Amino acid sequence: MDNIIIKTENLTKRFGTFFAVRELSFEVYRGEIFGFLGANGAGKTTAIRMLIGLLKPTSGIASVAGFDVYKEPDKIKEKIGYMSQKFSLYEDLTVLENLRFFGGIYGLKSETIKSKSAELIKKLGMENIARKLIKELPVGWRQKVAFSVAVFHNPAIVFLDEPTGGVDPIVRRQFWDMIYEASESNITIFVTTHYLDEAEYCNRISIMDEGVIKALDNPSELKKKFDVDSMNDLFNLIARKKLLPDYEKTLQFYY
Amino acid sequence: MRLLFYLLQKEFRQVFRNKPIIAIIFIVPIVQFLILPLAADFEIKNINISLIDNDRSSISKKLINKITGSGYFRISSIDNTFNKALKKIEAEESDLILEFPANLEKNLLRDSNQKVLISINSINGIKANLAGFYLINIINEFNKEMQTELSPNFQNEKGIDICSLDWFNPNLNYKIFLIPGLLAILVTLVGGFLTALNIVREKELGTIEQINVTPIKKWQFILGKLIPFWILANLVFTNGLILGYLIYDIVPQGNLLILYGFIDIYLFAVLGLGLLISTISETQQQAMFVMYFFMIVFIMLGGLFTPIDSMPTWAQYFAYLNPVKYVIETIRLVMLKGSNLEDIIPQTIAIFFFAVIINFLAVLNYRKTT
Repeated sequence: MDNIIIKTENLTKRFGTFFAVRELSFEVYRGEIFGFLGANGAGKTTAIRMLIGLLKPTSGIASVAGFDVYKEPDKIKEKIGYMSQKFSLYEDLTVLENLRFFGGIYGLKSETIKSKSAELIKKLGMENIARKLIKELPVGWRQKVAFSVAVFHNPAIVFLDEPTGGVDPIVRRQFWDMIYEASESNITIFVTTHYLDEAEYCNRISIMDEGVIKALDNPSELKKKFDVDSMNDLFNLIARKKLLPDYEKTLQFYY
Repeated sequence: MRLLFYLLQKEFRQVFRNKPIIAIIFIVPIVQFLILPLAADFEIKNINISLIDNDRSSISKKLINKITGSGYFRISSIDNTFNKALKKIEAEESDLILEFPANLEKNLLRDSNQKVLISINSINGIKANLAGFYLINIINEFNKEMQTELSPNFQNEKGIDICSLDWFNPNLNYKIFLIPGLLAILVTLVGGFLTALNIVREKELGTIEQINVTPIKKWQFILGKLIPFWILANLVFTNGLILGYLIYDIVPQGNLLILYGFIDIYLFAVLGLGLLISTISETQQQAMFVMYFFMIVFIMLGGLFTPIDSMPTWAQYFAYLNPVKYVIETIRLVMLKGSNLEDIIPQTIAIFFFAVIINFLAVLNYRKTT
């Protein structure tokens, strides 16, 4: 049990009559890279927002880092990092100022912030851009900085909501290197993505559809279980099977 | 507390990097102080008269000279019939008709009694009132002069001679009345709008979410937002006081500490309003319009231009719920009249309650979770 860092049981979020997330039950183990897949609107972001304390669940149980999401959201917040789908660093502050600010509000000491920032900038080779405003940086760099901010205070878990959206393949590669590195320093990674090649990088993945988890295991087991060759086929089978006919209809309509 | 320091540091960095905001803070007061008191003045000048002089005597000439010599009036047309003059009023070319009957001089000398006709365009009630008032005063004065001139030996059987002294603004200078009010409006606008827009902007950009996933406490975040704008509004107020002195030579008669003390309590009420509005708005447009709605009502019914005493009874009761009323009142009391602390106790208590209640609602309504 000690090895489980996220646990949900029948976690549900309902908006009016629409179930964004329906009776979600899963576990995430300490130190793993957990891929959270699903088509747009499958309920991934809603699930994450409940786990990190931005959204109150309608019903069900969930605990993160050993704390209950209802009773101790502030305890959870001390233990997690979060990188939102929507870019959310301050664009009118520099890289260093963003690190300083977020480090500061997580309670890091000024000297710690300084030494950690210097280390990080050296490691990522950002010497030239450290004093530039975020809005002057290309998207790839912004995402790397955003990730660095999310793990700056050494959280137990970091939640990444589509971290590589709109980023070119080379930067995506570099980005996953950063994720692996964080994982090696014992940070659990909870990541959602659209890119199915990225799913292969995860220790375990879950595929969500219409607010429900349809499959959960490590990538090779899943492929065996559903008898498909690639993640793409698997995803089509599970998450896109109802979309496909529509897609074909649309094609017929146009041609 | 250390946490608060990081919040303040970040906020000030952002504000001072935002050139338009800096411009608003320092240029808006200058423009307001230079233009508004000169343009928005209730003293009415250049009132156009359509004159019908059926007498054309030396006395009518004298009266006309006296009227135009006052500086308030000018003869825009000389007509021979009332209807022609009325056309001028309808065409907005003149504001009032002044008609002297034939035999004005003759009757006046013989009977010491004569009537003249004044017809005023009253679409603009204030202007009409003032124009009539000025004109009648001038004619009365003319009467007196005529009396002494025609019968120097005749002692006027005056009863009570009314002679007024104007205190606190001896020259009845409208600017002196307006500047303290403008100061109040200035801090209200800067404080209210900047706070509301700043927080809603973080909502729009999504940065507030990044803050909401940190263990930061509600009160820390709120203080981190209020304190910077509280300081900025104080700067703007100081800026305004200096401008008032430089441009209009207005020196606060009362204690500056009392003035700042009151403003600083008032600012918490205004900043709280900004915060409250930001909690109910999702976009900057929404926040802007809601804020604008409150501001218009508060300012128009707050006694900046028109005295609250002359409003209908219901509006006077409503004014008790208007924080802007108290601040305009108090700044005028302290700046012009030199009022002491005990004179402004009721206003201070009222503002204190506003600050507490508004901030209570805002904090209640601000949520880290949805």
